[in-house]
Amino acid sequence: MSSETIALTAIGEAERPIGERLHDWVVTVDHKKLGILYILYALLFLVVGGIEATILRIQLIVPHNHFVSPEVFNRMMTMHGTTMIFFMVMPILFGFGTYLIPLMIGARDMAFPRLNAFSFWMTAFGGLLLYFSFIGGNGLYGAGAAPDVGWWAYAPLTSRAFSVGHSTDFWTLALLVSGVGSIGTGVNFIATLLCMRCPGMTLGKMPLLAWLNLVVGGMVILAISPLTAAQIMLCIDRYLGGHFFDTQAGGSAVLWMHFFWIFGHPEVYILVVPAFAFVSEIVPIFSRKPIFGYPIMVAATIAIGFISFSVWAHHMFTVGMSSYGNSFFVFTTMAIAVPTGIKIFNWLGTMWGGKIQFKAPMLFCIGFLFQFLIAGLTGIMLGAAPFNWQLSGSYFVVAHFHYVIVGGILFAVFGAFYYWFPKMSGRLYNETLAKWHFWLFLIGFHMTFDFMHIPGILGMPRRIYTYEPGRGWDIWNLIVTVGVFFQIAAILIFVGNLLWSLFKGDPASSDPWDAWTLEWSTTSPPPDYNFATIPVVKSRRPLWDLKHPEDPDWKYE
Amino acid sequence: MSSAAFVRNAAETEWVLPSRGRVGMFSLIAAESAIFTIFVVAYIFYIGKSMSGPMPKDVLETPIFNTICLLSSSLTIHLAVRALRRARVNAFGFWWFVTMVLGTIFLVGTGREWQRMIFEKGLTISTNLFGTTYYSLVGLHAFHVTVGLIGIVLAMIFTLLGKVEPAHSERVDVFSLYWHFVDAVWVVVFTVVYVIGR
Repeated sequence: MSSETIALTAIGEAERPIGERLHDWVVTVDHKKLGILYILYALLFLVVGGIEATILRIQLIVPHNHFVSPEVFNRMMTMHGTTMIFFMVMPILFGFGTYLIPLMIGARDMAFPRLNAFSFWMTAFGGLLLYFSFIGGNGLYGAGAAPDVGWWAYAPLTSRAFSVGHSTDFWTLALLVSGVGSIGTGVNFIATLLCMRCPGMTLGKMPLLAWLNLVVGGMVILAISPLTAAQIMLCIDRYLGGHFFDTQAGGSAVLWMHFFWIFGHPEVYILVVPAFAFVSEIVPIFSRKPIFGYPIMVAATIAIGFISFSVWAHHMFTVGMSSYGNSFFVFTTMAIAVPTGIKIFNWLGTMWGGKIQFKAPMLFCIGFLFQFLIAGLTGIMLGAAPFNWQLSGSYFVVAHFHYVIVGGILFAVFGAFYYWFPKMSGRLYNETLAKWHFWLFLIGFHMTFDFMHIPGILGMPRRIYTYEPGRGWDIWNLIVTVGVFFQIAAILIFVGNLLWSLFKGDPASSDPWDAWTLEWSTTSPPPDYNFATIPVVKSRRPLWDLKHPEDPDWKYE
Repeated sequence: MSSAAFVRNAAETEWVLPSRGRVGMFSLIAAESAIFTIFVVAYIFYIGKSMSGPMPKDVLETPIFNTICLLSSSLTIHLAVRALRRARVNAFGFWWFVTMVLGTIFLVGTGREWQRMIFEKGLTISTNLFGTTYYSLVGLHAFHVTVGLIGIVLAMIFTLLGKVEPAHSERVDVFSLYWHFVDAVWVVVFTVVYVIGR
């Protein structure tokens, strides 16, 4: 196997016409191109979902505002949630996984390259289907436009009686289609990581990013499938007159909540575990130390994977479950904080005593560490049933999960973006602009989401399109909305940096960070075949071994 | 930096990894199991909750013959795969054909059962909760049988054209995992619908 080589094709062939090159991107099965397609697609939806969020916040900036109508507010709320979860965060994480996994394990492609392309295009067309609802959602009834049932689409809002037209159908089909794509990606991750590793890379020598994505693959196939099943049931209800969630015929609205959240909570971990993976790769490089407690990190991730399937009903404490049910889900929710806490200590342990370099990827990871900790603490507060009864359905919950998704996941994604940008594009990004991006986004994030907790505690419900003055919520909503504009400024700098660096940035060497994993051993950007010769590894840090033959890692592992 | 520096002496140690076909199929089966689990949970949750007739005990007849056909097709597909692995292509063709016939009998049997329920007993998917859950669970399974049968028919055509060789035994083996899964799901569906549900 190790003697397997590929004849090098002539590089520097004459520039081909643009049409032909675009055609290459459409028909490609190369994991690097598909990974970049995922990421670009997700960035597009980051902007779209961001515009929707901005509309929501402008509407709420002062009491009795008339920026948008209540109907439009509901549509924007639904589209913002659905877009950000299914068509922004998931694709960008799958994109990084698709791009990096084969490079990190010394393989030339995923286990099933065509399935990989299929998965991407299913996700892409799912997103198009969702947004086509703005045009096609009216249906024969002429009512409705975009979906307005919330991203959780509780029954009976989705029944034919309350959701006329086709808007809910577009929502259902979009998630069904993209869900099939996600399941394909999960299968591909697992098969690639188990069957395509280069010689010498035993499971215990895989980079942590590979390990964590293996867990994500398992969670995807087990958690997205229930959502797919629930969407099939909703289709049966809406198209064939079924009664799954029709309470008038004996069906149960609460069953939909169970089915949705048994997908919905593992989904949070599907999103956050890849973020953990980025941090686990970036923190050691910029602390100049190997990761602290590798086996514990792997064990904690697997524990999170298991426990995440038993916490879903903590989204449903106010539904009226039995006291045994409540106690069980409080207990499991507390239990999942333990492996998560272990991870935070391990990252701190990695930084402790290291020579920390405060480059943009590291800054974003440090932001992630503190913000994810706070998000976890408010999570424990909400996980206690009595506290939850008080604050469920308030802005405190909105602040909590945006702290997880923006303060945790998005910060880690930005870190990963800067860290791997030189590898993907072959250019260095502009560090000054990246630091501006970081600080502006940090200020905007904290203005928006720190202060969002307070109106929640003061009783402001979520999902309302306006509110009465004089309840003590006004000033907080103003600060929250002002923070959004700092975030917009930061994102504009990010996009500008991306475009400028792509065309004008300094050329990147194959290993600009002096890193230790296999993707940095090949050129930037890597050739189609990744590695001219399949590498053979002896330790978790193969490039360290190569650079330090006098003191290689494999002597100690 | 050249990655050639990583190369050790070739074949210093044997490096064997699991077959990606099998791992991929087992992952797909895990995903499918989760889908079926949700439908089975819904079926069990709604047993006896229908607010109008017809009820399961009035209309359901246990499909013993169908069940025997489908379960024995697991045995015949196993014999087919074993024959191909031993390079006995004709024996493979025979057992593969038997599997196809057994699967078709099952599907036709389900169709006849549905016809009887719809036209004689007046139970459709929108009649009551029992109809909704029954047709979706049994229908989801029948859909999987149909997908499996399409695969079997394709392989049968290739066999008749003489394109199937012992080298394909790995692929056929991976496919047979799916068929075994469909059979195993039927055991669950049968138990839930025809034993517990009545």
